[in-house]
Amino acid sequence: MGHESSVPLFWRLIKPRYQLIGTKCKTCGNVFYPPKYLCPVCRKEGKLEDTKLKRTGKILTFSIVRSAPTGFEKEVPYPVAIIELDDGPRLTSQIVDWKEGDLKIGRRVEACFRRIYTDGKEGIINYGLKFRPV
Amino acid sequence: MKVAVIGVGTTNFGENWDVNLRQLAIEAGTKAILDAGIRGRDLDAIYLGNMSAGRFIGQEHVAAMVSGELGLSIPAMRIEGACASGGLALRQGLLSILSGQHDIILVGGAEKMTDLMTDGVTSSLMGAGDQEWEAYYGVTFPSLYAMIARRHMFEFGTTREQLAKVAVKNHHNGSLNPIAQFRKEITIKDVLNSPMVADPLTLFDCSPITDGAATLILCKEELAKKYTDDPVYIIGCGQASDTLALHDRRSLTTLDATVKAAKDAYKQASITVKDVDLAEVHDCFTIAEIVATEDLGFCKKGEGGKLLDEGETEIEGRIPVNTSGGLKAVGHPVGATGVKQAVEIVLQLRGQADKRQVKDAKIGLTHNVGGSGATAVVHIFSR
Repeated sequence: MGHESSVPLFWRLIKPRYQLIGTKCKTCGNVFYPPKYLCPVCRKEGKLEDTKLKRTGKILTFSIVRSAPTGFEKEVPYPVAIIELDDGPRLTSQIVDWKEGDLKIGRRVEACFRRIYTDGKEGIINYGLKFRPV
Repeated sequence: MKVAVIGVGTTNFGENWDVNLRQLAIEAGTKAILDAGIRGRDLDAIYLGNMSAGRFIGQEHVAAMVSGELGLSIPAMRIEGACASGGLALRQGLLSILSGQHDIILVGGAEKMTDLMTDGVTSSLMGAGDQEWEAYYGVTFPSLYAMIARRHMFEFGTTREQLAKVAVKNHHNGSLNPIAQFRKEITIKDVLNSPMVADPLTLFDCSPITDGAATLILCKEELAKKYTDDPVYIIGCGQASDTLALHDRRSLTTLDATVKAAKDAYKQASITVKDVDLAEVHDCFTIAEIVATEDLGFCKKGEGGKLLDEGETEIEGRIPVNTSGGLKAVGHPVGATGVKQAVEIVLQLRGQADKRQVKDAKIGLTHNVGGSGATAVVHIFSR
C-alpha cells in the first residue's frame, strides 16, 4: 500500500467487502469469510456458492495500533480485532464508536460501513466494514 | 540423513547505514568461505534467503546480483517465505545436496531494511500477512502478534511481566554477542515503560528494524572431513504451512505449522524433544518465543510463561533458548534471520560461543517463522 494502484485491485472485492458476502460449500456445509475460490476442505469435490452473512459477532482478541503503516498515519491510535461472526467465520477489522470497557474479549459487535484508507495522494478512497459494539 | 556445515559467517547486525545489500551479502559470504577453508570456485550453487529487497531497496533478482559480485556463474536463486526466507533457503540448499545434485553450496540470508522510512518498512513487512483481508484494514505485524498475546493471556493467564522476561533474557544474551544490534541489559521495568506499539506490546517487546547478512557453507557428509576436523551436521528438517491470515487458523495461540514442522524434524533426526540441548526460536515479538517454546514441546501448552519464571530457558537453564540474543536483541533482518539462527547453533556446537557457551551442547534446534505463522521451518543440528 502507499502505491497508487489501479482501480480493479479494489473494485473486484467490493461485493464481499461491502456486503459481507462469503462462500458456502454445498458439499461439506462449511461457510467461509473472506470468500474462498476453492473449498479448502473438499477441494475438487467442493461446490462453492455466495452466501450473505449476518452482520453480528463477537471480539475474539484485539489490539490498538499506535505505529501505523502507510495510509493510516492520521488514524492512530485505532483498535483492531479478530471477530468471530455469528455464522462462524472469523475476520480481521477495526473497532469503531467504542467507549472505555468496550474493548474486551467476548464483546458483541456489528458491522458498519466506513472509509478505510486513501490510496496515496491521488488514489481512490477505499471503503469497507468496521465493527462497533452493540 | 546428514549434511555437514563446514563454514559460517555473519556481518554485524544493526543500522548499517554505510553499506548496501551487496556489501552485506559479500561480507558474510566471504567470511563463511574463509571459515570453511574452501575457494569460491568450489561452490556448486547459491541459495539466498531474502524477503523483500524489491520493497526495501527496489532491487529484485538479488541472488544473481550476489553470484555476480562473487564472480561466479553457478546457479543462484532467491528463496522467499517472508521472515522464514533464511530457514527456507537452508532447507532448499540441504535438499539440493541430499538429491545428489550439488556437493558444496552456499546458503545465505540477507536483508537491507534501513533504506526505507519506518512506515514504509511497517507496510512492507505486512506483505507477509494477507494484503486483502488483514493489511487492508490497517492491521500491522505488531498488532497481529499483540492479538496472539492478548488471547494467550486470556486462555492461559500469561502475564505482561512474563512477556517482558523474554526481552530481558534475550537482551542479556545479546549483551554477550558481538554481532548483536542491542548489547545492553534491560529490566522488566524498561520493557513495561517503553512506548506502546500495539497493546499490550511495547517497543521492547518487538524485534527491531535491522540490516544484516549471514552465511553457511554446506557440503555432503563424505566430503566434510576434508575441510574440517569437527563438522556440525544437520540431521533433521521439517517445514509446514498454514493459512496466510491469522484469523483463518484453527487456533490463535498455537502455530500449527510449528508443531508439524517440529514433529517432522524430530522424526527425521530420530530424537525426541528431550534430546535438544539448546534452541534458537523465532522471537520476532516476545509472545512469539513463549508460543514457540510450547509448540516445539519444551513445556506444556500454556506454560511458556512459567518456563521463563523458572529460568529454564536461560543460558544456564535446562533448555537454553535464543543464546544469541534472538531476533529481539541481535536484530531481525528478515531474510537473514533463519540463517543467523543456524550460525549461532553451529558456533555453540563447535564450542565457539564464548561467553554465551552452553556446556556440553550436542544437539541444537532452529525454528524460523514466516508471517504470523503461515510458514514454519525447523532444523536440527548435531555435533
